[in-house]
Amino acid sequence: MAKDSGKMKAYWRKNLKTLFFLLLIWFLVSFGFGILWVEELNAIRLGGYKLGFWFAQQGSIYAFVVLIFVYVYRMNKLDKEFDVNEE
Amino acid sequence: MDILTWTYILVGLSFSLYIGIAIWSRAGSTKEFYVAGGGVSPLANGMATAADWMSAASFISMAGIISFAGYDGSVYLMGWTGGYVLLALLLAPYLRKFGKFTVPDFVGDRYYSNTAKVVAVICALFISFTYVAGQMRGVGIVFSRYLEVPIEWGVVIGMCIVFFYAVLGGMKGITYTQVAQYCVLIFAYMVPAIFVSMQLTGNPVPQLGLGGELADGTPLLDKLDGVLGELGFAEYTAGRKGMTDIFMITLALMVGTAGLPHVIVRFFTVPKVKDARLSAGYALVFIAILYTTAPAIAAFGIYNAINSTSEKEISSLPVWVSNWQKTNLIAVDDKNGDGKIQYVADPETNELSIDRDIMVLASPEIAELPNWVVGLVAAGAMAAALSTAAGLLLVISTSVSRDLFKTFKPEISEKKELRIARIAAAGAVLLAGYFGVNPPGFVAQVVAFAFGLAAASFFPVIIMGIFSSRINKEGAIAGMVSGLVFTLAYIIYFKFISPELNTADHWWFGVSPEGIGSIGMFINFLVCIVVSQFTPAPPQSVQDMIQEIRIPRGAGKAVDH
Repeated sequence: MAKDSGKMKAYWRKNLKTLFFLLLIWFLVSFGFGILWVEELNAIRLGGYKLGFWFAQQGSIYAFVVLIFVYVYRMNKLDKEFDVNEE
Repeated sequence: MDILTWTYILVGLSFSLYIGIAIWSRAGSTKEFYVAGGGVSPLANGMATAADWMSAASFISMAGIISFAGYDGSVYLMGWTGGYVLLALLLAPYLRKFGKFTVPDFVGDRYYSNTAKVVAVICALFISFTYVAGQMRGVGIVFSRYLEVPIEWGVVIGMCIVFFYAVLGGMKGITYTQVAQYCVLIFAYMVPAIFVSMQLTGNPVPQLGLGGELADGTPLLDKLDGVLGELGFAEYTAGRKGMTDIFMITLALMVGTAGLPHVIVRFFTVPKVKDARLSAGYALVFIAILYTTAPAIAAFGIYNAINSTSEKEISSLPVWVSNWQKTNLIAVDDKNGDGKIQYVADPETNELSIDRDIMVLASPEIAELPNWVVGLVAAGAMAAALSTAAGLLLVISTSVSRDLFKTFKPEISEKKELRIARIAAAGAVLLAGYFGVNPPGFVAQVVAFAFGLAAASFFPVIIMGIFSSRINKEGAIAGMVSGLVFTLAYIIYFKFISPELNTADHWWFGVSPEGIGSIGMFINFLVCIVVSQFTPAPPQSVQDMIQEIRIPRGAGKAVDH
């Protein structure tokens, strides 16, 4: 380790920012749309689904998958930018 | 050919495949035994993780639970998938960089304490054992139902198969058999779902069929809400539990998933940090295929079941009803003697009881699919049960050989360690088999709580071990113990000491024992942070290690330092 520690701090800060942003969406699609505001969203329809119900049983899961792949993409870019990537 | 012949053929074929793979991928070193040599591709690891994760309960029971719980069933769907986001973002890459083999390894090194390590081993063993006993029972039930042998024989056959590839192949054997098991189980799950979806809604994609319209133009879910309402049940798409409880159960399941040792250990098997992140993504894709199909099977199943029985003449019920009546999964009792079935919410006048497992098990027959599909579902259910049991047994054997033996006797040779690991795996298979044959009454209840316990014990100390350099061993031990004791006490009180008080009025803040792990987790975090403030910071070497695991470069393969 012991590269330039200011640079490592900046890398870590950017990492935390990415995490915060992604986990916010994670919370919103599941706990938010699927649980806390499910009643309100159920007034809106998505085809044969009520929207809140769709988020609870389908939408949140799709969103989780997308979140992980966005994270992978973001972090690979960040690793290269800060020259901490593998090989 | 009849159902039994097809079942024997398909189950026999799938088992020979698993054994063939086990022989081909025998483990030669401890590294191969613990983490498959650290050279598994992210895609294969993702598939193996998915098979490891999805148990007999996910395969057989989950859809049925949702059928009867409606919206409330969402806690399992969100809880058991959302945990992978936490795993991918907060745990997997850093633990992979840390580069050893087990969760107690990490706890022991990060908190520079063998006491912390032993506490972690005890948590890991406790969680894995309650879980694996349930799996073995599941294997036995599946065998007995499909092969028409006694449950005891089913458990013994299952033990022999798992013994063969877990003891011989270790993580390497398990990983590659799990890849095959995933393919078998997902194929078996999807085929009937696709056909039922086409029959009901004309849409071959079950995820779209769930939101589709029936032949008369009404959306399926609206129809279901209406039908259930008329019979006196709650609406399918409406919640019955309190919102706080739903929130807390979902949280406990998510965090518990991320804290389960047999899931975490899978991310030690890939070559790089980059691969650990990617592999969590693949795992969730493979899991999501089943988890987004399950609510569709649930709604189709309950709709079909009501439609083909309610107010129908008992003498002219469809064949599948009488088939499953033989196994007691469906029971009819014409209480008012009118020759018709009344399926209603009121237990006094209800004349039909349906076991939740029927929703998956009988779906091929409801859809009038050929007999080989029934055999396929049997092979899929067994793949799901065996893959999870094998993954858990490996965690148990690793905990014994590596985290206990090697910690206190560091001088033992690699060969001897490997032998101890194999003996421990064999012992664990026998013990799990014993519990499968003689299930203690508490097992079924406790399995669901393994998540709460994992959430309240492991998750906070691992997260803080990575994201804070101030948390020290005193904080971690106090946190783990208080989280675990609190959660365990709450569960034991409401489930075993005073089960009659187990209602929403008596729960703290309306949180059921299923969801209490979330509160346990907050207690763990709090105690951990407070205790650490009043005790000395971790030594410099640990501070350096934390900085080291935060950056991906220089991971190398998982090594024994």
